[in-house]
Amino acid sequence: MKERNDRNNSSGKESMFLTTMSRLAKNKLAVAGLIVIVTMILMAVFAPLIAPYGYEEQDLYNTLKGPSAEHWFGTDDLGRDIFSRIIYGGRNSLSIGLVSVFFSAIIGIALGSASGYYGGKVDMIIMRLLDVLQAMPAILLAIAISATLGPGFINCIIALCISQIPGFARMSRASCLNVQGMEYIEAATSINARDFRIIFRHVLPNAISPIFVQATMSVATAILTSASLSFIGLGVQPPQAEWGAMLSAGRNYIRGYSHIVMFPGLTIVLAVLSLNMLGDGLRDALDPRLKN
Amino acid sequence: MSQILEVKNLKKYFKTPRGMLHAVDDVSFSIEQGKTVGVVGESGCGKSTLGRTLIHLLESTDGKIFFHGEDITHADKKKLRELRENMQIIFQDPFSSLNPRMTAFETVKEPLTLAGKWSKEEIGQRAEAIMETVGLDARLRNSYPHELDGGRRQRIGIARALALNPEFVVCDEPVSALDVSIQAQILNLMQDLQEQRGLTYVFITHDLSVVRHISDEICVMYLGQMVEKSPAKELFKKPMHPYTKALLSAIPIPDIHVKKERILLTGEVTSPIEPKPGCRFAARCPYASEACREPQKLSEISKGHFVSCVRVNEINE
Repeated sequence: MKERNDRNNSSGKESMFLTTMSRLAKNKLAVAGLIVIVTMILMAVFAPLIAPYGYEEQDLYNTLKGPSAEHWFGTDDLGRDIFSRIIYGGRNSLSIGLVSVFFSAIIGIALGSASGYYGGKVDMIIMRLLDVLQAMPAILLAIAISATLGPGFINCIIALCISQIPGFARMSRASCLNVQGMEYIEAATSINARDFRIIFRHVLPNAISPIFVQATMSVATAILTSASLSFIGLGVQPPQAEWGAMLSAGRNYIRGYSHIVMFPGLTIVLAVLSLNMLGDGLRDALDPRLKN
Repeated sequence: MSQILEVKNLKKYFKTPRGMLHAVDDVSFSIEQGKTVGVVGESGCGKSTLGRTLIHLLESTDGKIFFHGEDITHADKKKLRELRENMQIIFQDPFSSLNPRMTAFETVKEPLTLAGKWSKEEIGQRAEAIMETVGLDARLRNSYPHELDGGRRQRIGIARALALNPEFVVCDEPVSALDVSIQAQILNLMQDLQEQRGLTYVFITHDLSVVRHISDEICVMYLGQMVEKSPAKELFKKPMHPYTKALLSAIPIPDIHVKKERILLTGEVTSPIEPKPGCRFAARCPYASEACREPQKLSEISKGHFVSCVRVNEINE
């Protein structure tokens, strides 16, 4: 769409973005969530610069040590620094969460908007297929797909992506149906806009806010599910660090050395909590009924 | 005098779980170029459906539509694209007929872009020109709909409809969502545009004073059927169908000395789903008789004045 580059246009789009942002900035919880998430992402990206030790650096003289000045979160059964492993683990956990949600959102939105826009048979077929996916609990579906594809980073992403598609598809379908009742959609038809344009220029921009909120929340769910997959050994494989995998590996020492599971656990809680707060904040900020 | 649009026995039914809903049932009329036909009736009588069917936003169930003498009832996609540049619609609610994420200028430019006939600069110039024509200040071009008032929003809607220079425009209650003071402005604008561009309007409304002001001819609809069709002046002077009489008696007169007798209708509107044959107004008509159970025909009572009522002569003696 060429007009997107139009100067007048971009200033308008920007102001929309800015209003949302300024509304978001007023919500302290959401800002806190945003800061935590951004910090976590930055730490994961610059892990080699921040982490005091490597993620597979073993110090067999100092195994199972509690938190200290040298090892902030202590060490695990192989003497690896837990703090460093959490930072490196963020690379896996966060990217699994973000990437899987990104792709499931794209596929889900495409299916959902096609379903909502065309209705009838298309709707019927897409929705029944999604029913099949949704008949199983998301976690079970993810386990089944992971087990079929085999463990690993990419397969874990694929499993999570597929298991989240139905949620996005349903949400975008509902949202599109809602927008389609509007007269401007009819107006677009009457000025010869093609289906593709109507969906992308008229329906989706107006239907996207709830999907956006859903996506933020879904990242949290995806991180949790990937932790569960890793916990049962289907996710990222050792010696790669991943928050869920760390929980899983440390569970044998939970009685004597609880810090091994506590810190990765707290990190997951913090990440999920922040994402949920951010999602809540976004929902309020994107709601046009709440002006200012 | 050439007829721009002719409709013959147009029907539009909707499928509902309880049967077919007869939204528009056997409606015929024609419009001369440059004239305005008003379509009046209460809400749910199928006037909007009629308007949308005329310009193919809805597919007709049966009947024929001729545009400049050419049968366009089943126009294919290519033909439809061509037709839509000549037939446009102005919507009722300026709050839902504009995309909230597009600026005024983008909305007006869109039909021009989609037509694909002009370069970017030309599109810009044409959009500017049409915005000026409908009285939209250039400084408003980057405003979003929620920043504008109802009148301005409706002007954007009109600009969008007229951007491609259509000959025929369906106006679906274009002023009923506006304040009275703004209604007059928009109506005047529409009349000016009609004079300048030789537009032909089908003007759908439930507001009788509006339709009197703007129409050359008026069609009165009741439950999907046309009950009376007459030149505007004549209709207000001499309504013949019992429904039209009741409708016109409901117009308030701004004079306390005039004592007016209102015809109050009793009973409920009959359901438009699988209606029985015969006059659909019969259940509420004070003059209803056995003969009203038969299907009614639109017959010419005086020149250009058609009424669909078997007892029209007895009633209007």
